[in-house]
Amino acid sequence: MKSRFLKDRLATAVLWSCMGAVLVILGGILVFLVVQGAGALSWEFITQPPRDSMTKGGILTPLIGTIQLVLVAMAFAFPVGVLTAVYLNEYASTDRFTGLLRLAVRSLAGVPSVVFGLFGLSLFVIFLKFGSSLLSAGLTLGCLALPVIVGASEAALKAVPQDYRDASYAMGATRWQTIRKVVLPAAFPAILTGGILSIGRVAGETAPIIFTGAAFFTPDIARSLFSQVMALPYHVLILATAGTNIEETRGIQYGTILVLLLVVLGITLTGVIWRARLRMRSSR
Amino acid sequence: MKEAMKGDILPRRIITGVALTGMTIMIFILFFLVKESLPILREVTLLQILTGKEWYPTYDPPSFGMLPLIAGSVSVTMLSALLAIPLSLGLAIFLSEACPRLLREIFKPTLEILGFLPSVVLGFIGMMVLAPWLQEKLDLMTGLNLLNASILMGIMIVPIVASIAEDSLSSVPDDLRDASYAMGATRWETTTRVVFPAALPGILEACLLGVMRAVGETMVVLMAAGGSAVIPKSLFDAVRPLTSTIAAEMGETPVGSGHYHALFFAGLLLFLFTWAINLFAARIEARGRKWRE
Repeated sequence: MKSRFLKDRLATAVLWSCMGAVLVILGGILVFLVVQGAGALSWEFITQPPRDSMTKGGILTPLIGTIQLVLVAMAFAFPVGVLTAVYLNEYASTDRFTGLLRLAVRSLAGVPSVVFGLFGLSLFVIFLKFGSSLLSAGLTLGCLALPVIVGASEAALKAVPQDYRDASYAMGATRWQTIRKVVLPAAFPAILTGGILSIGRVAGETAPIIFTGAAFFTPDIARSLFSQVMALPYHVLILATAGTNIEETRGIQYGTILVLLLVVLGITLTGVIWRARLRMRSSR
Repeated sequence: MKEAMKGDILPRRIITGVALTGMTIMIFILFFLVKESLPILREVTLLQILTGKEWYPTYDPPSFGMLPLIAGSVSVTMLSALLAIPLSLGLAIFLSEACPRLLREIFKPTLEILGFLPSVVLGFIGMMVLAPWLQEKLDLMTGLNLLNASILMGIMIVPIVASIAEDSLSSVPDDLRDASYAMGATRWETTTRVVFPAALPGILEACLLGVMRAVGETMVVLMAAGGSAVIPKSLFDAVRPLTSTIAAEMGETPVGSGHYHALFFAGLLLFLFTWAINLFAARIEARGRKWRE
């Protein structure tokens, strides 16, 4: 009889230690990166382009490049993703077509990022002749973000009470009027948090942009959609594996990683906090 | 009245059209992968690609045996799943069953945020921290190997698997737990015999999706796995999975060459492999839902 309770105690201890282990590993990695990278951070580091074959200077060019990539990706994926979710939640009936569409979105979510890279290379770079450019890389990242946005937006639309729609129909509004003036405004904050989270995903991706538009090095910030861009994650890869002087640029590498982490985790944290506040408000 | 109805048709058509984009992208991905990888089958047979042990795509004559690459992908995936899944499930059970409420409110979102950790960062940790440490402690030729990549891949998939598994566990109705406690069961007994079986479909799905991510992950293996295209015989052999092969070699390959088509073939293999896992997971989820209803 007693051994049952002993077993329960033991199991609880094991469960606590699982959490402890994960905290120590992931927290350790984060603390390590912050400690190593903090020394390299300065105002100059953020506002200067790389100099002397990327052994000196800052990371302005890759930082701006990442922002540009995110903007292009979102300009494509956000409207398309939201409208796809509107279709799935507001218009779709349970027919074959909708089933296929859901299957496609789910499949898209599972495509490996490097395969998105191959797809971007063959469709945008070669077939559509966009070349290795901001546009090609941004659209490739957009395709990757699409299923994330669809998922988040659909959940947001589902959370809008059916009463809202019924009340609008009862006033004589058409379905589109109901969607535009009632459903979308009610769901929009939650849709936006989904968009923010997908930015976190896009900003940290490396594999899809390696052969669609990321530059090893460019001296200038891209001024057109058809120029190559540097990007923070790719910059980390280059400095760590193919830089001119890998040992000497350690400081820059850790600094770049810390900025990348701040950008990605900062954006994600914002999204998560905002979503939590929305949920609190709606449960009140 | 009729005007208003007319105004309703156009938006519906536009939205349906836009909604087709996702499907179009999916079809394009499949189309381009097949189109760009088929020419390689004119140079070598399917059997030679899948069972050939020599990957020397730039030699003259080249050889395109992908078995070492496939073995690399499979070994890293299995080892990382072996390391990560027990820990993830422990974490999921902890969060859902044993964790004090306040701690859970903090830890669940933290876990979600950590799932966004860019994989290039983990690859970097593998190169700069884990590799030298392994090399020194275990007296190896190089710390960039199967074990290193699997550990980091494991760290990467823990938040993903734990998060989905926790969702499944916490969606088990409390009535079941209460009934079990009322029979005098301890928490551990309740968890293992009532809650865990009830959440099993979702937990299986979580594991499958974690494996799917590991198969398709590129940066960790590109940076930490060592990159030699041989079938690994021990934990400390360097491996070169399909993903890192594509990422490392596509940049220097002339468009339209045999090597180029071979890399697309590797992409097609990856795609089919992850797709199969994904569809299997979707099926388990659908069955679980039906069974619960």
